[in-house]
Amino acid sequence: MRGKPPEIAEEISRRPAGTGAPEILTLGRDGWLVRFALTLEPWVTAAVQKLHAQAQEAARSGALPGVTKVSPCLTSVLFSFDPASSERATMRAAIARLVEAEDWHTATPEPAARLWQVPVAFGGEHGPDLDEVATLSGRAAAQVIEDIAQTPLRVLAIGFAPGQPYLGLLPAPYDLPRMSALNPQVPQGAIALAVRQLVLFANASPTGWRQVARTAFRPFRPDSDTPIPLRAGDEMRLVPVSGSEMSVLLSAGDPAGGARLEVRR
Amino acid sequence: MTELVIHKSSPGLTVQDLGRTGLTHLGLSRGGAADPVALYEAAALLGHRQPLAAIEMAGFGGTFEVTAPTRIALTGAPMRVRLGSKELRWNASHLLEAGERLSIGAAERGTYGYLSFAGGIETPEVMGSRSTHGVAGIGAALATGARLPLGPDQDTGASALGLPLDTRFSGGELRYIAGPQTALFAPETRERFEATTFARSVMANRQGVRLEAEARFPAQTPEGLASDFILEGDLQMTGDGLPYVLLNECQTIGGYPRIGTVIAADLPVVAQAPLGAALRFRQITLEEADRIAAAQEKRLKDLRRRAKPLIRDPATIHDLLRYQLISGVTAGDDLEG
Repeated sequence: MRGKPPEIAEEISRRPAGTGAPEILTLGRDGWLVRFALTLEPWVTAAVQKLHAQAQEAARSGALPGVTKVSPCLTSVLFSFDPASSERATMRAAIARLVEAEDWHTATPEPAARLWQVPVAFGGEHGPDLDEVATLSGRAAAQVIEDIAQTPLRVLAIGFAPGQPYLGLLPAPYDLPRMSALNPQVPQGAIALAVRQLVLFANASPTGWRQVARTAFRPFRPDSDTPIPLRAGDEMRLVPVSGSEMSVLLSAGDPAGGARLEVRR
Repeated sequence: MTELVIHKSSPGLTVQDLGRTGLTHLGLSRGGAADPVALYEAAALLGHRQPLAAIEMAGFGGTFEVTAPTRIALTGAPMRVRLGSKELRWNASHLLEAGERLSIGAAERGTYGYLSFAGGIETPEVMGSRSTHGVAGIGAALATGARLPLGPDQDTGASALGLPLDTRFSGGELRYIAGPQTALFAPETRERFEATTFARSVMANRQGVRLEAEARFPAQTPEGLASDFILEGDLQMTGDGLPYVLLNECQTIGGYPRIGTVIAADLPVVAQAPLGAALRFRQITLEEADRIAAAQEKRLKDLRRRAKPLIRDPATIHDLLRYQLISGVTAGDDLEG
């Protein structure tokens, strides 16, 4: 519990040992936020994915009356409701029942219903910070590419910018801090790494994350029938292609960027 | 088709309606008018049931012309406005004839002024709204020479209406509720926060407004605090320990700790606060926030009844023959009902 303030440590010590029981907190007037931890750890990621899946199922079966939406974030799951027509306390009780039924510390993620295979080019002009990531993680650039390509990434959360996925978790050596100075601009489609996660940038943006690759896949397509193609919980595999292949994909301008979607169930 | 012609634009002129709701979990904040109350006022002045898309002006207006007669409403931050050589009243509706030049200058109080049209702006909708959302890359600022389609005004003879000017344009007290990270701030930090008078910084846009003070309000965060959902109204404490109030074009996930969330009814005060305006904070309970939200909804609905015909000397009405004077009186009675 290094670095935790006394109130937080006290809060944590009140929880039943070993169950990873989350806090249930208000977020605005229309949300209950179930938060497993303040920092990202593998069990937290699994717990969030599992609760998100269970809550969606519960909402579908009518066990969460009044809940209008269930949305996962990195360490939490948000239950949204209409405060004008729902009793906040009743809703909290229903969420508490759902949450108390599990030992979240040992949660394993549900298999993904959908799998995306997304072509990406690593290093060079498409991934200017790849070598720095290799140095910081203590492995060769080729190994970094292989590690990322072999990881069955999941869409942990969608946000910051429209449609933009947080992907993870990468193996432990990639628990790298953000850069101390901001990278003034990464391009649309940049794939940047920090704290065992990757972000696939929907738009050109400044960032403190390191750009290791780029894709022509566009996670936000405002003029399309499916403006936001990804869903939280989707699995994504990054498929390495050459820099010149990526340049062709980028100049083709197809927002799919050569990605393939496989629906498993 | 009626068109709006922008003869002279200024930076920060955009089309805004009430924005896109229910997409925050997909990374798209609501956006829409920085001061939605101004759009409800315009709807009341033009006899609309719901606000239509309007021109939002950030601090400065421009020069405008329409290609067919249409009523307009001027709401939000009061700005200097002239129709030809005549000054027009703010927070009121007026008839604009085809070819007349409407000149809107700088805001005299507040930040965001709104120019609405009886037929609404009819640019294509994207994801259910006409709002420009700069952060998401939807739409763009309006440039000099732009022409926008307007819906027809079905009742150009309707009497001009006015509403009393609101008090939300010069800062004041902001009420906030606790959020998931309020406990990361020590009780004495929270006390100091409520005892401090902040000044609106020069750093302010549709994403948020930064506040200045001598004191600092650091959170006690664990190393590697994970990013989490953020909301409009959130009071983010940035790295230097000063607050940044998020507005409706904010990002949807953020890593800075948040001391609480300013309630929706008070957010227009934040958006409209001019440079240097004094702002203070007071925490309220969720129950109080619910009561205020219900009262605010009622207040917005009542605006239509509060809009009163402008009392004008017929000698100064430049287009007297266009007015249906008798039906204008009747319409006034209807508004009282």
